[in-house]
Amino acid sequence: MNVFSNKRKVLLAYRKQRTKNKMLSMTGRRLKFVSDAGTFKEILGNFKFNNPLDFPEYDEKLNENYDSTGVNDAALVGIGKIKGIDFVGVELNKRFLMGSMGTVVGEKVTRACELAKEKKLPLIIFCASGGARMQEGMFSLMQMAKTSAAIESFKNSGGLYISILTHPTTGGVSASFATLGDIILAEPNALIGFAGPRVIEQTIKQKLPEGFQRSEFQLEHGMVDKIVPLDEMKEQLYKLLKLHGYKEI
Amino acid sequence: MAKKEEISAYKRVQIARHKDRPKVNDYVEALFDDFVELCGDRLARDDKSILGGIASFHGIPVTVIGHRKGKNLEENVKYNFGMASPEGYRKALRLMEQAEKFNRPIITFIDTPGAYPGMEAEENGQSIAIATNIAKMSGLKTPIISVVTGEGSSGGALAIGVSDKIIMLENAIYAVLSPEGFASILWKDSKRVKEACEVMNITADSLYKFGIIDGVVREEESITTKDGFEKMIRELDSLLIKEITSLNQKDKESLVNSRYEKYRHIEGERAPVLNIGEASKWTD
Repeated sequence: MNVFSNKRKVLLAYRKQRTKNKMLSMTGRRLKFVSDAGTFKEILGNFKFNNPLDFPEYDEKLNENYDSTGVNDAALVGIGKIKGIDFVGVELNKRFLMGSMGTVVGEKVTRACELAKEKKLPLIIFCASGGARMQEGMFSLMQMAKTSAAIESFKNSGGLYISILTHPTTGGVSASFATLGDIILAEPNALIGFAGPRVIEQTIKQKLPEGFQRSEFQLEHGMVDKIVPLDEMKEQLYKLLKLHGYKEI
Repeated sequence: MAKKEEISAYKRVQIARHKDRPKVNDYVEALFDDFVELCGDRLARDDKSILGGIASFHGIPVTVIGHRKGKNLEENVKYNFGMASPEGYRKALRLMEQAEKFNRPIITFIDTPGAYPGMEAEENGQSIAIATNIAKMSGLKTPIISVVTGEGSSGGALAIGVSDKIIMLENAIYAVLSPEGFASILWKDSKRVKEACEVMNITADSLYKFGIIDGVVREEESITTKDGFEKMIRELDSLLIKEITSLNQKDKESLVNSRYEKYRHIEGERAPVLNIGEASKWTD
């Protein structure tokens, strides 16, 4: 009997590790995709979650998410090169608590802005988030102010901020740093909006039309500059960086 | 005092939302002279759910902005229950930038269930309007003070709430989202409102303890009564004049710098893991 239960344990552990590896390989996949091979280096990876309000069951939730994704929180920050041009990159991970922004995400985005400002590098953020992290309450809401202030200060210093909205970008993230880009790109068919479709439907008591709040809708309404599929993203970013005077090193 | 401590967060939510609780025009009337309302965002329309204008505060010209709620259904329909659309936030931004130009301190009054979640609001860029206000307020070269008078909820509150000093009335609440929305997002059960209120830390005293806000104005008696309101206003008035006087003495650069630093350091406690996590392995 013990043999079987041991075998089962080994199998389960193997499966868990396999899922984790798969998740890890997908972490920051967009930044990896647009960066020159082997140039992207993560920084601040050791920033770890905390529970500022001592919110019930939050520690367990974070640990579960760590176990299934292998990352400490929903934002990944690093430096890479696009066809030789250095940039500071951030990618939100929707597999970690829906990419929600709490104190760790807020701090990492802020540090990315400060780093880009200090090193005079362009800032590129791939956004994907359900909004503010509920379990951190007002601390989360205030991260909207903190990140927006950091973006504003970076932009005022002359830096270029390109924001790329991916599916989905809503709530407190879309209403802060995500929509503050000098240039705002979107992946095709991404859901982009402040209120989620369910909340809007409950408010107006009718069904929303097809394509409401999608990238194409946002382009039509003047909220994004261009829709760019991921496989054309690198070329597009390179062109934009070059047009802003950033040079290959 | 001991009796007051016992008011639950849920009870305070009800007090904060009570229809007879003073609204922004009551504050304007009680605190300022010569109020002149200014309307419109100069782009599309005038959103009545945000009140804006200029007034005199102890002889100092100030810009006043606040969410507008009504005391009855008719008024509330007109003001959209204090839920602003992008046009409202853009009007607020226009008036705040005007305040900067004329060196007027800004006083905002926060009382909203949140930004309006409607179709038109989305079409007209609700996210961008809120984000722009938040970003611009962080760098405005004039003092900003916010007073949360009723319920402050979500980005709709923050869109006029990035300030040098945030003051809350004792029974006001300030939350990342309405307790109903919170319960429905987190537990998929909007009926667990009471429970949500208790764990969200939304009362003035707990937010003061966490350093999110800078001051609490006591409500010794119910402020729905004339006496109670006047008593509270006297305290609020002296706090506002004290803060404005001291903020006005700062030079513009240090004012903006200290505002940046104030928000920069709202981070809770972070625990860095000593060894770089597995997350960075893929870069190898």
